Amino acid sequence: MNVFEKVAEIIANHTDTPVADITMEASFEEIGLDSLDIVDLVMAMEDTFSVKIELSQSIKKVGDLVTVIESLKQ
Amino acid sequence: MKSSMSFRILGTGSACPACVKTNEDLSSFLDTDDEWISSRTGTKSRHVSTTETLTEIAATAAKQALEDANIDAKDLDLIICATIQGDYITPSLACMVQKEIGAQCPAFDINAACPGFIYALDIALGYFARNKSSKILIVGTEMMSKHVDWQDRATCVLFGDGAGAVVLGEGDSLLAIKTTAKGELDILNIHGKNGNSPFSQHEKQDEFVHMNGQEVYKFAVISMCRDLKDVIAAAGLTEEEIDFVLPHQANIKIIETAMNRLKIPKERYYNNIERFGNTSAASIPILLDELNRSKRLQNGQNIAMVSFGGGLTTGAVIIKWQK
Repeated sequence: MNVFEKVAEIIANHTDTPVADITMEASFEEIGLDSLDIVDLVMAMEDTFSVKIELSQSIKKVGDLVTVIESLKQ
Repeated sequence: MKSSMSFRILGTGSACPACVKTNEDLSSFLDTDDEWISSRTGTKSRHVSTTETLTEIAATAAKQALEDANIDAKDLDLIICATIQGDYITPSLACMVQKEIGAQCPAFDINAACPGFIYALDIALGYFARNKSSKILIVGTEMMSKHVDWQDRATCVLFGDGAGAVVLGEGDSLLAIKTTAKGELDILNIHGKNGNSPFSQHEKQDEFVHMNGQEVYKFAVISMCRDLKDVIAAAGLTEEEIDFVLPHQANIKIIETAMNRLKIPKERYYNNIERFGNTSAASIPILLDELNRSKRLQNGQNIAMVSFGGGLTTGAVIIKWQK
């Protein structure tokens, strides 16, 4: 499972959004997540990928989160 | 962290301004609504001072705690008020409370933001440990309505005013306590007064609450889980052995997220944010007083309290109830 697939699975588990609807281009606003929900997601990602994600980084859509995680894992 | 010589809680009290403002009341002058506020914060109403001073509500809570403890104010050896700011820069709020209740002991304030009450318990522990005191009054109290910008819908809806008090006497109720601080300005702050010095070259700042909600949320969830686990372990207990958790009432989503990360059964968390909002240093002693007055506390129960706030500071404590 690559980073995007894992991220999509975690977002689907946190929301009512089906995995198939979660794309790299989908914004968190479209998925129905507010600013605090995004923090929940970020913390779940930190636990899953063993990385530390700075909230100051602009994370507006799924692709942003995937890019940040991929860069931290390198 | 663990102490053999400590204290027990002899009595509790709490008081709030009479005026209650609901989310609907706030939406009459702010671009917000009940659904938005209650789903994101858990608050439906809060007490807001109209004519009451902080001294008055703190003294009312203190008198209740003294009555519950069956202690005369003249028998107090120390008064500590936990608050970010009393009615006056000086005298301290603790001195004003001392005057109001007719006590004759030393009195001072401490500012550790929301965990101030837990910091005050830790200070009291030191007094008991060196046999300096046998009766200590602690009041956690705050008038956040003076510190928020009532035109900022992101912050003013979160807070409320109130006071909670405990009277401590000698005993061995305290099983473990922990306080932390991590110097950090930008995430949560309220600037002090600007003054009018003709020599000042400081840029004038507003005097309202400024908060980065996302950063506070993350810090709060992580520190709550870490500090609760630490004090439970230091007390020699397991998460299942905690009978009540009194979490700082900052935001119900913070509490729920932390609950999901811990093994303590969810029905053991006691919350009242729906009726009070975030009362800063007053939140935990108000929770404790509600539990005590509703006779839900029994001797031998393990009570965990945990808090976080501006500083950034955190605190957690385990008390074995023995009243």
